[in-house]
Amino acid sequence: MESSVLVIAIFVLGIIAFVVGRSRSVAISQNVGGIRFLNSLPFYYGALTALWCAIPSFLVFAVWSLFDDTIIRSTIIATLPAEAADSVGGNLNLLFNQIYNVSVGAAGSDSAPDYMVAAAQHLHSLQAISRWALTGLVLACALSTSIVVWSKINPQLKARYQVERVFRSFLFLCSSLAILTTIGIVVSVLFESIRFFSMVSPVDFLFGLEWSPQMAIRADQEGSSGSFGAIPLFTGTLLIALIALIIAVPCGLMTAIFLSEYASSRIRDIIKPMLEVLAGIPTVVYGFFAALTVAPFIRDMGLNIGLDQWLPISSESALAAGLVMGVMIIPFVSSLSDDVINAVPQSLRDGALGLGSTRSEVIKQVVIPAALPGIVGGVLLAASRAIGETMIVVMAAGLAANLTLNPLDSVTTVTVQIVTLLVGDQEFDSPKTLAAFALGLMLFLVTLSLNYFALHIVKKYREQYD
Amino acid sequence: MQDTVIESKAPTAKAVQAERTKKTTKTESNAMNAKRSPTEIAESITETVGKPLAQNAKLAMRDVNVYYDQKQAVFDVNLDIAENQVVALIGPSGCGKSTFLRCLNRMNDTIDICRVAGSIQLDGMDIYDSKLDVVPLRARVGMVFQKPNPFPKSIYDNVAYGPRIHGLVNRRADLDEVVESSLRKAGLWEEVKDRLESPGTGLSGGQQQRLCIARTIAVSPEVILMDEPCSALDPIATAKIEELIAELSQNFTIAIVTHSMQQAARVSHRTAYFHLGRLVEVNETEKVFTNPDHELTEAYITGRFG
Ligand SMILES: Nc1ncnc2c1ncn2[C@@H]1O[C@H](COP(=O)(O)OP(=O)(O)OP(=O)(O)O)[C@@H](O)[C@H]1O
Ligand SMILES: [Mg+2]
Repeated sequence: MESSVLVIAIFVLGIIAFVVGRSRSVAISQNVGGIRFLNSLPFYYGALTALWCAIPSFLVFAVWSLFDDTIIRSTIIATLPAEAADSVGGNLNLLFNQIYNVSVGAAGSDSAPDYMVAAAQHLHSLQAISRWALTGLVLACALSTSIVVWSKINPQLKARYQVERVFRSFLFLCSSLAILTTIGIVVSVLFESIRFFSMVSPVDFLFGLEWSPQMAIRADQEGSSGSFGAIPLFTGTLLIALIALIIAVPCGLMTAIFLSEYASSRIRDIIKPMLEVLAGIPTVVYGFFAALTVAPFIRDMGLNIGLDQWLPISSESALAAGLVMGVMIIPFVSSLSDDVINAVPQSLRDGALGLGSTRSEVIKQVVIPAALPGIVGGVLLAASRAIGETMIVVMAAGLAANLTLNPLDSVTTVTVQIVTLLVGDQEFDSPKTLAAFALGLMLFLVTLSLNYFALHIVKKYREQYD
Repeated sequence: MQDTVIESKAPTAKAVQAERTKKTTKTESNAMNAKRSPTEIAESITETVGKPLAQNAKLAMRDVNVYYDQKQAVFDVNLDIAENQVVALIGPSGCGKSTFLRCLNRMNDTIDICRVAGSIQLDGMDIYDSKLDVVPLRARVGMVFQKPNPFPKSIYDNVAYGPRIHGLVNRRADLDEVVESSLRKAGLWEEVKDRLESPGTGLSGGQQQRLCIARTIAVSPEVILMDEPCSALDPIATAKIEELIAELSQNFTIAIVTHSMQQAARVSHRTAYFHLGRLVEVNETEKVFTNPDHELTEAYITGRFG
């Protein structure tokens, strides 16, 4: 049987096992005086039988499918004559691929040497055997396990407990998937960074004022060493994030206050979905809006008022990227603040109103102070979002690693440099490439600690009113 | 639960006639009692028995109807609350006591779907006048809520909140004085005088409620509305607050909603009994609890329902 058919077969067998197990438990319950004398409801006996039918056979199937390719391959290769290996210069992978091509009748297989045709036939027969063996094994496993469980069904069997335990482990597996992936990423980034720091000293990296990661291709080239001082990148990142927050925090907060305290429900029904649309715009769209519309506009403005006499003005600027990024995170700030403002109990507002406060007094003196920790948490989350944002800055902030606080000049950020270091063909052991991992690690540490503090604050705030 | 009193629900011809002639004295209504459910009796009430009106009315309500969207919660209420008097509002849960109380300082404005019709006058001034500003009104008619709701500020700032927003005092020393006297009147001063700067939310439930009362009287309102102020408190804290109400009634006019009949009997001068949004009976408290005029009042205070 084909693999897909086999999987469907396991599934169908599971359903049958469910029905059979359930009806047996019902039948048994008649002898002891009714369903309420069973340890669990009939559904759980059915589910237990089905699980025992499907899970072990599926595991057999999975293990077999994982290993049969490699086993078949080594068997084939072991039986090949010595001349075969010589013909491809000892590259057995290539050889096996050729045999495989012959076996599926790919182009050029007519002219294949005899030993290869023989090996291809051998491969064919091995694959057929493997499939039949697998089918037999899986079906036998499914049947035997379900029969064993079926025969064990009795009023004392704790079917519900066991089914729920399986369900719990399933949930646990799902949740650990994300965690394991994160750990995997962190570990790999960490190891690559350690390799980087063995070539470039951490002190130079953390405190160096110059960033030019180009390495010499020839040894006698000018400026052959490359320098990896990350300070310009971090100032650029912070500058842009700061501009973004200056836009987003007041705007988002005011939006949240308006929506939760002043707006009639009709207006709220219009504005909220529109903010959600704003949150749904892909960042790349924001990016070209920043690069093609906002950045030239800002440069022209700067030139028109004659700022270029005092400051360098560039067509790609921190200001453009920061402004657009600020607009992008407004919905983020506003929806988080809206949540915490709504969490302030109505009774506090009533208390203040009952003393004769105006609405704005209620907001300024009661609602905002009560919601402040939550708002701060939201702002920190927004900051970590701004620091990690990539697309807008790639397009609008430029690539030049200027160490400047002038928002009209072009700056570059950590994320932009990671992108440029890794775009295109790279050798994976040059400091230039590895620098991306070190930058990634730094970025990760910064956003992780921001998120940690933010969530901590938000959580503490929640507890206060629960 | 209300139907347990009566077996038959359908109004007989006799009962209908009895209603037409509006016989509401107790003996006669007891005769009807055998045939009509309390719901039917309440729904047929068109006039309050007892003495709903008073001489020197501080608050005068006439034909007050309150609606939540389409649903009517209060029907045709006429009631006077006299100056320096404590009026207790009692009645089964959901009968509209809170709704009615919240009309008196327009707290119902904060509920979008709530609509109030009729006239409510404070010292002869219509408080539902469209030109009236609710801010000074609420300073004159303060409110204490069922659940203590101190602001997340220090004890001092909680009490100083009202005087500050209304600009009642100019100097810090005056403010200190207002805070101290309010806390004293609320019977909380001795317990908190050493920790005025600690957060108000850190007090016990009973202390918090007295803090809320202190916060309300710091604005020196003329009327204080209390919605089940003791429902979250233990008997000792309750006793303290009842004492406090008795003291406050020398200077303030008070309307208090309560589910405890003993409390109503202890603290109030007059008692108003609500049933299904109708004001059934208003009388001197002593009369209501010893010899009520209306059968529903009697059924309620003797614990037959509600
Ligand atoms: N915000 C609201 N929206 C809609 N209906 C409401 C609202 N508040 C109260 N009601 C309705 O108005 C009626 C009166 O409610 P109210 O809260 O005044 O009762 P109550 O006498 O204070 O009851 P309790 O003793 O349980 O506090 C109830 O039927 C209630 O369902
Ligand atoms: Mg109530």
